[in-house]
Amino acid sequence: MSELQVDLQLVDWAVILVYFSFVLGIGFVLRKQIHSAEDFLLSGRSIPSWVTGLAFLSANLGALEVMGMAGNGYKYGLLTAHFYWLGAIPAMIFVGIFMMPFYYGSRARSVPEYLKLRFDEKTRGLNAISFAVLTILMSGINMYAMALVFKVMLGWSFTFSVVVAAAVVLGYTYLGGLTSSIYNEVLQFFLIVFGFAPLAILGVREAGGWSGIETRLAGTPGMTAIWSSVLHASDNPMGVEVFGLVMGLGFVLSFGYWCTDFLVVQRALASKDMLGAQRTPLIAALPKAFFPFLVIVPGLAAAALALKLPEGNYDYTLPLMLKRFYPSGMLGLGLAALLASFMSGMAGNVTAFNTVWTFDIYQAYVKKDASDRQLLTMGKLATFFGVVVSIGAAYVCRSFNSLMDYMQLLFGFFNAPIFATFLLGMFWKRTTGHGAFAGLSTGILAGVAHHLLKLSGRIRYPSDMAAAFYGAIISFSACLLVTILVSLVTRPRPEAELRGLVYSLTPRPVATGAWYLRPSTAAIVVLVVTILLNLRFF
Amino acid sequence: MGLDIRLPIGLMFSTLGPILLVTGLVQHTEVNVMTGIAMGSFGGLMLAFGLRAQRRGGPSGPDPAP
Repeated sequence: MSELQVDLQLVDWAVILVYFSFVLGIGFVLRKQIHSAEDFLLSGRSIPSWVTGLAFLSANLGALEVMGMAGNGYKYGLLTAHFYWLGAIPAMIFVGIFMMPFYYGSRARSVPEYLKLRFDEKTRGLNAISFAVLTILMSGINMYAMALVFKVMLGWSFTFSVVVAAAVVLGYTYLGGLTSSIYNEVLQFFLIVFGFAPLAILGVREAGGWSGIETRLAGTPGMTAIWSSVLHASDNPMGVEVFGLVMGLGFVLSFGYWCTDFLVVQRALASKDMLGAQRTPLIAALPKAFFPFLVIVPGLAAAALALKLPEGNYDYTLPLMLKRFYPSGMLGLGLAALLASFMSGMAGNVTAFNTVWTFDIYQAYVKKDASDRQLLTMGKLATFFGVVVSIGAAYVCRSFNSLMDYMQLLFGFFNAPIFATFLLGMFWKRTTGHGAFAGLSTGILAGVAHHLLKLSGRIRYPSDMAAAFYGAIISFSACLLVTILVSLVTRPRPEAELRGLVYSLTPRPVATGAWYLRPSTAAIVVLVVTILLNLRFF
Repeated sequence: MGLDIRLPIGLMFSTLGPILLVTGLVQHTEVNVMTGIAMGSFGGLMLAFGLRAQRRGGPSGPDPAP
């Protein structure tokens, strides 16, 4: 482990301290503007869309993702870019163009609350509770991943890393609520770009440019060609083929996450108007299309240079690259960027958790007539509680290492079927609450059953990733089928109650303003850029 | 909202940029110099936009291009 140890100089500390002071300073300045629960939990719907857009991007970019993607870059090469170009961009466009009108237009304060408006209490409850639990556990895993890096690189104790980082996140989210979290996410976004882009550039340069990387990795198909290598599972290091990849990752998992996860949708809901809410994921999608170069390419360069990973652990790819390429100064910046990715991810989780907790659990089941003051107090308490439980989860992860894998599996069980519920709910007015609840429950159970069959060896896949993609497809299909069947035999709600919640009963937002400001224009630009990138690395 | 996020972003990067630039010049490390210049210029640009919007009245200013 000590082979990753680095010595920080004064300048590195200075960079990290400057970063900390700005992050906390923003929370401190914003605390004066928090007057109501709405201000604290929803930002009072007042933020410009370039800000919500970048926050949308960086709330999802936790330490787990940054380190995991570098590791995947080493293991699978550019094939990992499918998680962006196929597994994110199309869904981000879809949520902006087609789904935001219902989320924002219905004035729902959260995704579970939309389910309550569209379906019923039990569907909301299932989504709210699973979301609250999973979000906070994810936050803990994220914290565990970060503390691990600081331990191997700086020799900091696990407790010290966890407590310092959690205290800073708690500080600015508690002071300034969602606005503070969003503003900091934008600051953190730029820091992540400046902190990691030089690493990708230096890595590629050392390997002899892009052609050098291609030559060095010519023996492993798929490392630099992302489509020509997925015709057969045996042709690529991921062990996936085109159907499982496109349906499982590109459709079910991607749309399930980007279109329904409150962590990201919440950022769009903070926009000041409908146009802003629609633009949020579209503004996020353009930089997202270039993220593979930022987070995957350093790992790819490490593979091309045949750098030896300590203990053969892919999670050490990023720390290894930082140590090898960054002199003091940049090292401080790289570590600050890592801290930024961790904090934006954790603050995203905590601010989504406190909102769902306050509106969808506390106000829905505990105190229906809560005053705004009580909601604000509960929101602040939930923020504190969320951070404390995250710390607990980080410790649990440290004791049971494999728990981290189970958690991601668990997340998949809930994530895979949910898009079927939304798709039917938003685009088929006949869908009923009983249908949605039965479908969602069956979908979750189908995912679990599939996993058990795989464990017992009754179903075999070329790789765990292929198993995850097919598991998602099965879970989604089960949810879709059962929701339709049960909806057909139960009584639908009257159409008058569904206005603003279902596509065919909602007036389309009229395109106003210059053509280049319209969401559809942004969508086309992002799509064209993504297609060109895919063709370049076909 | 009463805070234009471009101001703290601008301030932070115009603080960090020169720190890295000077470090790079002293240590002769190219990557510090280049990143320092890039961050410093970005910070200056953000500050300029933020201050211009503030002079015009509205603290939030018009939406700039992302």
